[in-house]
Amino acid sequence: MKQHLIDYTIHLADNALILGHRNSEWCGHGPVLEQDIAITNISLDLIGQARNFYQYVALLKDDGSTEDTLAYLRDAHEFKNCLLTEQPNGDWAQTILRQFLFSNYQYLLYEKLQHSKDEQLAAIATKALKEVTYHLRWSSEWVIRLGDGTEESHRRMENAINLLSSFAGELFENTNYEIACANDNIGVDVSSLSKSWMNKVKEIFDKATLAIPGHSKMQTGGKEGKHSKYLTDILADLQTLQRTYPGCEW
Amino acid sequence: MKVLSLVQKRIWSLLEQVPDPEVPVLSVIDLGIVRDVQLYTTPDGNGGVEVIITPTYTGCPAMDMISANIKMELLSNGFQHVKITSVLAPAWTTDWMTEQGKQKLKEYGIAPPNPKQQVCREDLFADESVQCPHCNSYHTHRISEFGSTACKALYQCDECKEPFDYFKCH
Repeated sequence: MKQHLIDYTIHLADNALILGHRNSEWCGHGPVLEQDIAITNISLDLIGQARNFYQYVALLKDDGSTEDTLAYLRDAHEFKNCLLTEQPNGDWAQTILRQFLFSNYQYLLYEKLQHSKDEQLAAIATKALKEVTYHLRWSSEWVIRLGDGTEESHRRMENAINLLSSFAGELFENTNYEIACANDNIGVDVSSLSKSWMNKVKEIFDKATLAIPGHSKMQTGGKEGKHSKYLTDILADLQTLQRTYPGCEW
Repeated sequence: MKVLSLVQKRIWSLLEQVPDPEVPVLSVIDLGIVRDVQLYTTPDGNGGVEVIITPTYTGCPAMDMISANIKMELLSNGFQHVKITSVLAPAWTTDWMTEQGKQKLKEYGIAPPNPKQQVCREDLFADESVQCPHCNSYHTHRISEFGSTACKALYQCDECKEPFDYFKCH
């Protein structure tokens, strides 16, 4: 059971770290100053969540691992984040849609994880839920603003939907470690979240005058360590300092 | 009501001198991040102090500095064994900010958080009714959900036209 809890917590941490890192790539490049600050604030929240989860993993493993070795010294196949989180930023519409799809999921997940039998996971989720509420509201507003905006912003949102919708299914597909943790009332059965998630997507897409895509092919495997080249690119950037100068601090 | 020893009372009053690094007008007590002060005995028989703190936001980058500042304040006032413990539950809320803290924020030019139970809104595009800390008008609007630090949003006053930070309710 302990290994399942470790894998599950790593999965939660990796989702937060990888999306947090992706968002941080906007730092200094946001479309306007206020939104540059917004997306990097969201990064900060996500990386903070990742730190809490990694610190807990380090405690559980008790083998000399630290939050830093977990983030900086693992290879791509050891990462358990969903493929959605590693997708490139693309334009602002793609970043916004990725955030909306993920925050919508994360909100529902943490709402249940607050009641986990595992006190540490429950505490992290309870705290983070308050922040995710802001992420969800902010990204929902932007989906509406862009979808129901100009012809160009609408077209770009449609493009983003085409690019990202195949990654949504993986969020709700349980892995073995998720099932084991859910059975033990430690984790959340993610398949139970898909209906509420879809309702929210419908509500926001309606307001944004965007159509829900029909059945699309589903891409999966990230949670089991099978990633796209995009994750390797992120890790090359994220880990280069610690790989080149092990233990470096400033 | 918990009865505090004289030493604990002294520690609480010393902590009122420790500022938040990002909003220096507030002390760590005003912010409500100090949850408890406990006395303990070290293995070699000396008296130690444990200060329990909780982060405001999960990713707040000021927490390490806050821990270090609390430790420095107590060490420089003669406490030799000081340990800082960070806990996540129960989760921090702006309702723990002291009234004095809210007043200090306003004087500093930051609109204090609205009481959570009354007006913390989650609707889309909903503007909270936030009072301008400069001219006291409620005729203000939100510029951005996220401000210069995790805990603040950007607002502008429609009366005096001044932009200002709002310490958002959480």
